[in-house]
Parts: sequence; structure tokens; C-alpha cells
Amino acid sequence: MTAVSLGIPAVPPRGFGNISELEPFPKYAKRELGNAQQRRNLTHATHTIRDKRLKVVSELPDWEALRDAGSAIKTEAMERLPELLAQFEEQFTARGGTVHWARDAAEANRIVEELIRAAGPDETGPDENSGATEVVKVKSMATQEIGLNEYLEERGIAAFETDLAELIVQLGHDKPSHILVPAIHKNRTEIRDIFLREMPGVDPDLTDEPRRLAMAARAHLRAKFLSARVAISGANFGIAETGTLGVVESEGNGRMCLTLPETLITVMGIEKVLPRAEDLGVFMQLLPRSSTGERMNPYTSLWTGVTPGDGPQNVHVVILDNGRTRALADRHGRSALHCIRCSACMNVCPVYERAGGHAYGSTYPGPIGAILSPLLTGIEAEENKSLPYASSLCGACFDACPVKINIPEILVHLRGEDVEERRSKPGARRLPSQFDLAMTGASWAMSDGARMGLLERGLPLGKAAAGRYGVISKLPGIGAGWTQSRDIPAPPAESFRQQWKKRDGSRPATDRPATEGESK
Amino acid sequence: MKIALFATCIVDAMYPRVAQATVEILERLGHEVVFPAGQACCGQMHVNSGYLREALPVVENHVRTFEAGFDSGEFDVAVAPSGSCVASVKHQHAMVADWAVEHGMKGADSTLARRADAVGARTYELAQLLTDVLGVTDAAAQLGSYLPGTITYHPSCHGMRLLHLGDRQRGLLASVEGLDVLDLPDADQCCGFGGTFSIKNADVSSAMLADKVANICGTGAGACAGGDASCLMHIGGGLSRERRTTPSGRPVRTVHLAEVLASTRESPLMFDGELALAGTPGGAR
Ligand code: SF4
Repeated sequence: MTAVSLGIPAVPPRGFGNISELEPFPKYAKRELGNAQQRRNLTHATHTIRDKRLKVVSELPDWEALRDAGSAIKTEAMERLPELLAQFEEQFTARGGTVHWARDAAEANRIVEELIRAAGPDETGPDENSGATEVVKVKSMATQEIGLNEYLEERGIAAFETDLAELIVQLGHDKPSHILVPAIHKNRTEIRDIFLREMPGVDPDLTDEPRRLAMAARAHLRAKFLSARVAISGANFGIAETGTLGVVESEGNGRMCLTLPETLITVMGIEKVLPRAEDLGVFMQLLPRSSTGERMNPYTSLWTGVTPGDGPQNVHVVILDNGRTRALADRHGRSALHCIRCSACMNVCPVYERAGGHAYGSTYPGPIGAILSPLLTGIEAEENKSLPYASSLCGACFDACPVKINIPEILVHLRGEDVEERRSKPGARRLPSQFDLAMTGASWAMSDGARMGLLERGLPLGKAAAGRYGVISKLPGIGAGWTQSRDIPAPPAESFRQQWKKRDGSRPATDRPATEGESK
Repeated sequence: MKIALFATCIVDAMYPRVAQATVEILERLGHEVVFPAGQACCGQMHVNSGYLREALPVVENHVRTFEAGFDSGEFDVAVAPSGSCVASVKHQHAMVADWAVEHGMKGADSTLARRADAVGARTYELAQLLTDVLGVTDAAAQLGSYLPGTITYHPSCHGMRLLHLGDRQRGLLASVEGLDVLDLPDADQCCGFGGTFSIKNADVSSAMLADKVANICGTGAGACAGGDASCLMHIGGGLSRERRTTPSGRPVRTVHLAEVLASTRESPLMFDGELALAGTPGGAR
């Protein structure tokens, strides 16, 4: 048995895969906000899924108990992770599968490439020794995360996405912007245009009717299913008890990939392991309702090793760390690994709805992305710093999360880490920013009632600044962001504290409660 | 009952009328209101911006000030006219205390978290105190609340999600004599304030605000009511910048729940010398 390298938190080397954002969130978001069509598409799509989810969730009287159960199973799995992974490996191997371990994206990509090469040539290859040059893929977040498609493409292997939305993104030379609905930012007309432009042999009279679009994709994919000898998938679950892998999907294309090719390679994050088969009972209720607003999942595939003469005969799983032990070692953030990638948090997030998924610059957008990316790759990474601030902390994500990940609280902890990390940097970076100074000053004033009272004597100045119209419409420095779209009312001439003191003073002394810290 | 008013920094400095209204309602019910002068702020701004080191003295001050009054029997409960500040007292103070111990901060007190929780347990948001503790369900009958006109209501995120206020605030508004509460579309959506979020992500925040403002104005109500002065400042700032007016040409405003409840026939809520809400029956003037 291979050693499980848990407990050594490491940041994956940079430059591989698709986790870290490339520019600060506010900047990217600003650009995306300007795309009116995309905003309309996003608002429409997120609101539709949101309403569907609410409806089916409210049908279950024991929804809260189910969430608690899901959360408890995940907590147990994380606590017993080394043991469960070892058990999974043992069971998977005993049933004819092969287990590979990958510390990071580079290792995982290399392992997958070698397995593809070993699968032997297919009809499309340039020569006998090239190995397969075309593989089909089941929609998978793990392979997005490690940038597998791009890696393979550079090495002459074409990986065809078979999920309709992933296919749209792939054909459009675009990046997914949602973990469940990767093409959520596109509408039907835009999709038709992509198909007409990119799909070989497509009907030139294709309309934007959903059925016609689906049929076109189906014809395109069918040829791939029948010719590919290798398929690549992710896994929603890995059952330790039996060595079973599971994929849930809505279209059935994944099932084609999982059954037709000879070689099946699954890339699974270490956190996907569940202790027992019966645990699926909880997640198969939580997941479809939270993700697509369906009561039951349309296609659920479970496979346990190799069945001679039926389905793939070479079955592999690449178990991936890629920063997960680092996240696990973070006491406040580790529950982010409980995520079952249902996407409910992004569908309810007001920030995601407006900025769109690309602004997060990561495979994982939305609220979960804002915590997961820094947890996996480190808040020290310059590109990650703006992500924990990409939230108004409204709490809608926490409310929606089927496994009760307290995303707002983790966001606050990550902000704290960011502030501390900047403070500890040597040299010029230690110069406090305008924001730092404001926070220090406010802390001084706001930790003492008498100081607050003293400062409040300056309120008439603010009132004067507001002038004739009674509002302040331009603030300097860090306040400029506020007055970009909103006024500040003129402050009152007197604070409540001052008013109260007068009133209190006019009352008879016996009637007057003793108050602490009052500056007399 | 002796009730301590935690005015919160923003109400104290920017909206003293909200604190006055809170006192007014409580005194009308026959309770004694105390204003612990040592109070300053809940520290939410520091916590939510990641400045946990700076949040500690603010939290310490709050806990010290209020626990002294609870311990000496000077007051029985504390109330704040702000859901988010109460949520901070209840949910963030102990966290800051733990953080300080964990990070070995100078003067970090290992008992602070427990003390903070004790203060949090006796701190209430206004609507919470009125309905759960003081048994107010009919503002017109029990408080004499009267305000003719139409209003819409925005339930702020922290009250709704962290304090689970449910329809306590809305229920109280709806029981005010003469007041018509109009449904706000997408009411549960965040207004985009989020403290320093509105500065650090000003563009996204503005986009969220624009939708909130449009929804409010779409109802045709004379004002938007809420239970959190900071959200109301944000929404009010957007309404003011966009110079939004009601069909009758008066500016659309924001009003705090406390101000609405404090309004009576004898002394109705006024803005600029006029009755606060538009479309009001003539007799009220
Ligand atoms: S964080 Fe929760 S809501 Fe968001 S995708 Fe993961 S499981 Fe779903």
C-alpha cells in the first residue's frame, strides 16, 4: 500500500491548474458588471434555480435534520481521513482497480497522461505508438482545478467534454463561470452561435430552441462516445467501506463515458471519501435539491472496481491533494472541505449574481470559491487576497448550504489572516495603509465612551460640510468608494449621548442611575 | 423592567432620533431606560474588515460596560435598535476573544469569551425585545403607534439570518394604525452595504444598491422602513443620490422601525415640517 501523505500541509506549486485568480476581484468584477447581457443572463438563471430550490427544499419537513446529518458525516470523514483513504485504496484495489496518489496538479496531470498513453492507440492517432489521442470526459471539478484539458492539449491529446454546458464552454474557447452550470453566463442565442461556428457538420439552419441545441450536441458527441477508448471523470463520492466511486449528473452523457470506453480514469479529491455506502442516503437527498432543485437525481452511476466483460476493464483513480491538507490544517477553514459542490451558495449570492463567476478567477467561484481558493493555495498569494472581501457577509450562502458550511465566518477569519499577514511583512510593506490608519484610529475612539463623546463634539463640523442640501456627496480617500453612488446625510448637531446627558442632568439626582465611565 | 439602551455608534452619532424613539417606546410601556455612558461600538466594522487585533479593545469595552450594569442590577436586559450590532454582540464578541487568546495578544483575557456570551445572551434587538420579552404584538393598541401612509419594509440580512427575527419587525409595522405595509420585491436580498464591503467592492455594492432602490421605488411607497440604521443609511444614500421621489413628488426616504413605532396621533413622525409619508389622508396634517 502506498503511504498516505496526510498531515503535511503544503501549498501546491504555483502556475499549475486553475485555482488562483489572476487579478484583484474588484477590478475583474467592475469589468464584468459592464456586461449587461451577461448580467441579465445571470440574474435570470440564478433566480430560476433559486426559486426551484426553495420550492423542493420546503417540501421536506426534515430538511434541517438532513443538513445536520450531512454536516456530521462530513465532519466524521475529515476526522478519519487517513484511515478512510487507506480503506478506500484497499477496497478499490481488491476489486481490480488501481489507485494513484497525486500531491498536486502537476503530479495528477502527469499520472493521467501516462495512463492515457498506456491505453494504446486509437483510430485517430498519428501512429501505432502515440497512445490514445482523443479522450471523452465526464464533467469534473477536480480536472478543471488541475487544468487537465489544457495540459493534455499541449501534449497532443484532445479531451472532449461531454456535459452539454462544459461542451459549450469548451467550444466557445471560454472558461466555466459556475460549478454546476458552467455556461450560465451564456444565453440560448449565444450558444447557437457558438455551435454554428465551432461544431463540425452542424445543421446550418440550427435555431436557438433548446431541443434543437441539445440534438445538435448529441449528434456531435455520439461519435466521440463510440470511438473513444479512454474516459476521464471526477467523483462526487468515494465509499471507503466498499471502494465504490460515484458520479451524479443530469444528462446521462457521463454514464456513456463511464460504461463504453475500455479505460476509465477518475480524479478524486481526498475530501470526497465517505465512510459508508448508507451515507449516500443523506447526500442523495441533499445534493439534487440544493443544486438543480430536483427531488431526485436523474443519473446516478456507481462503480466498484472491474467487472470482467462488462464496462471499462482498466479502472484507475487518482487521489488528489492539491492543497487540501493545507485547508484541513486550518482550524477555522477546514469545513470548506465539506463542500459537495452543489452550487446553492453561488445561486443565492448577490455578489456572484452581479460580478459573475469569472471575476473570482478560479475554478471555484462564488462564496465557496472565495474561501476555498485562499484555503487551498494560501492567503499569502497576492492573487488570493481580494477574494475573502468579495462578500457583503449577508449570510445567504450559509443559509443555503446543505452541509452547513459557515462561509461568512470563514470569510472573516481569512480577512483576519490577510490583515495579520500584511502586518508581519518586513520592509516597506509595513507602512500602514490609509485603511489601516482609519481602523487603528476608530479602534482607539470606539473602545471608550468618553472618547466617543469627545469626538462627537465635532459633529457640527460635519453638518457644516454637508452644506445647503443637507448631504455629503463627495468624500476623499478611502471614503470615495461610498460617495461614488450614494450620499451621506448631514450629521446631526448633537449626538444622542449629548442629548441624553442634558436630559439626564435635568432629572432629580435620586432618580438618576449611576452609569459607568461617564466623564463628569 | 430596567432596560439598557445600546445606541450603537452609528445611531449615537448619526441618527440620535432613532435612539430617542427607542427610549420613547420603552418608556411608554412603563420601563426605565438607562444609557450606560461607557458604551461606544460593537466592533463589527473591525471584525468584518479583518482587523481583529483592533476589534479586541472595542469588544472589551462593550463587555465591561454592560456586564457591570447587569451585575449591579442597574438593568436587566440591553436593547439595540440594530440587528447587525446585536448579531455582532451575540455571535462575534466571543470569537474575537478566542482569537486574541489564540494569537497570544497582549492582555488577552481567557475569561472574556464567556463574559461576552453572558452579555450577548441578555442583549436584544428592538423588535425581538418588544415581541418576545415585552409582549407587544399590536403597536396601535399597546404603543399608540399611528402613522398614516404607505411604507415598504426591508428586512436586513443580519436580523433575518443571524437573529432569525422572522416577521417580528414587519408584524409590528403592520400593526401601526393608518400604516399600509407594501411588499418589497426581493426583500430578502442584501442592500449591498456590508460595512467596508461598500468601499472595498464599491462597484458590486452599488449594483446591489441600485436594484434595492429600484425595487423600493417600484412599490410606490413613501418610505422604506427597516431595523438597521446602517442599511438604512446605505439605502437612503442611494435614494438621495438618485433623487428618487414618490408619485406626489416628495423624496422617498428611509425610516427606522423605532421612529415609526414612536409616531403617535399627538406627535406624528415628521420630515422637514411635513408628515413623514406621502399619500396621507388630509385630516392627519
Ligand atoms: S459550499 Fe455548500 S452550498 Fe456552496 S457548493 Fe459547497 S455544499 Fe453547496
